Amino acid sequence: MASNVVTPPLRARTSNRLWRVFANHLATVAAVGATILVMAPLIAIFCYLIYKGASSLNFAFFTQIPKPVGEVGGGMANAIVGSGVLLAIASLMGVPIGIAGGIYIAEFGRNKRLANMVRFTADVLNGVPSIVMGIAVFTLIVLPQKGFSALSGGVALGIMMIPTITRTTEEMLLMVPLNVREAALGLGVPNWRSVLSITLRTASPGVITGCMLAFARVAGETAPLLFTAFGNQFWSVSLNQPIAALPLQIFVYAISPYDEWHRLAWAGALVLIVLIVLSVSLVRYVAGRGVLKGAS
Amino acid sequence: MAGQADVTQRAESGSSPGAEPSLSVVRQYLLSCGSSSIADRAFSALMLVCALSIFAIVVLILVELISGSKLTIQKFGMPFFFGSAWDPVNGNFGALPFIYGTVVSSILSLIIAVPLAVGVAIFLTEMCPAFLRSFLAFFTELLAAIPSVVYGLWAVFVMVPLLRQYLYPLLIKTLGWTGIFAGPNYGYGMFSAGVILSIMILPIISSLTREVISAVPYSQREAVLALGATRWEMIRMGVLRNARIGIVGAVILGLGRALGETMAVTMVIGNRPEIARSLLAPAYSMASVIANEFSEAADDLSRSALIEIGLALFIVTIIVNALARVLVWAVTRGAPVRGT
Repeated sequence: MASNVVTPPLRARTSNRLWRVFANHLATVAAVGATILVMAPLIAIFCYLIYKGASSLNFAFFTQIPKPVGEVGGGMANAIVGSGVLLAIASLMGVPIGIAGGIYIAEFGRNKRLANMVRFTADVLNGVPSIVMGIAVFTLIVLPQKGFSALSGGVALGIMMIPTITRTTEEMLLMVPLNVREAALGLGVPNWRSVLSITLRTASPGVITGCMLAFARVAGETAPLLFTAFGNQFWSVSLNQPIAALPLQIFVYAISPYDEWHRLAWAGALVLIVLIVLSVSLVRYVAGRGVLKGAS
Repeated sequence: MAGQADVTQRAESGSSPGAEPSLSVVRQYLLSCGSSSIADRAFSALMLVCALSIFAIVVLILVELISGSKLTIQKFGMPFFFGSAWDPVNGNFGALPFIYGTVVSSILSLIIAVPLAVGVAIFLTEMCPAFLRSFLAFFTELLAAIPSVVYGLWAVFVMVPLLRQYLYPLLIKTLGWTGIFAGPNYGYGMFSAGVILSIMILPIISSLTREVISAVPYSQREAVLALGATRWEMIRMGVLRNARIGIVGAVILGLGRALGETMAVTMVIGNRPEIARSLLAPAYSMASVIANEFSEAADDLSRSALIEIGLALFIVTIIVNALARVLVWAVTRGAPVRGT
């Protein structure tokens, strides 16, 4: 880009021009420097996580429940299953409501004030700290039930999924060309059928990956589970009992003073990271390829 | 022929000049013919209810938090936020140390993160070779999705020992006389919390800034370059000046994230409810105190105090996020689609 440094028609004073060229180079160096300064530690974090996690991960991690303090070995089987139960509840709640909300904004609310407000509120709700969700669900479910439960944890995560899924569904539906809808309606298909079987179907790869992204996000959430699901050292899949969860277990083990537990925490972190890398790359792959070929 | 003409005519009458082009004329006509209108209405009502549930969630959270914190709101009133005593045994509560911890650690993280994030965004949009750009963008996205607890784990075992061993002794030696970097070097404290927060909000700020910068039309850049500007002058006058509102929005969004961040901060801030002058001293944040003490809150009063802190956090983050969204939206609204 050296050709940018041209002499202006009205010749500026030489010192001035030198300063401008210097400032230009300074800015370039600063921007490149900032990028290196940021990327280096971030890449370091990432590599360290993979290295540490991979060296701690073994078969027992997936098959055994935690051993008492002082004993070597043990795993997080109960936490993995617990996370699965929590995420199943969350998805049952968050996915249908989120998709329906997205359908409303994209299909029925175009350019309506209400739809804009829903979109805006969803964005704002996305930024609300997860621990606040935890408190709200605590007073809503845990207090009346008089006990921590898997159900309350699942509901807290489900609430967090709704705004994310609504926004991605909306974006994906907007990419479906209008002609597709018109073709369906032109064949005499009722509008609701056209939305569900034609528009949503066309956009489904995008919608599904959007759901996966929301899923991966809440899979790593710890704060709202602290006083809803609470954690459990033993096997439990009952919905009204406290249940273990992977991120909770990582937190408890990380702040514990035992090396063996630290090892398990690193292994758990790697499992979470793999889940997230997979879903983010999938989203990027689908979005980059263009979900809908020929979408205008 | 007559029927066809009729359709055209009706369709034309349906499209007033001001109507938005997205809802096409044909579709409008077909909809107005209305077969299966009951099913359609029921379906759209159902979708509407689900969309409205998002409002319901906000209201529900607000109602739950207010009713849950009634006890302390009535007992202490506003002075709750200015008292610095935190004594659950004697029923005496003040939130000031936590508010101080949250605010200072967030500001610290912004001071570290913002210049770097803007630098990265400028590099990625204006200077970066294409092959590197997509990789770095993907990587940034990935980092924004890593769970807080994993950052916390890394901070406890890698970052804090490094800071304690290398950076803090240096800071104490050179800047210890100010009192801001003084005192015993625990490693866990306000500064560590600020550093891990800045690492966590960097990807968010830089990807949003990138989005905003990309939304600045090329004609702006070309115009400034045509006047004989250097690349830096082009960025400064043509790009940053147009994007500044959106960049402020991105920064505020990062601030919202930092304010509510719980797990990583809890793991490194030291968890001591004191307002210390030194940034190296242990502190406490609003989200951390909730995370640590809520499930062990023995009586209704201490639980109510914690819920009130949560309420304050909720209201502040709602305001901060709404402001940020409005600012980002103001810039990217008319954004041209890149690469077309």
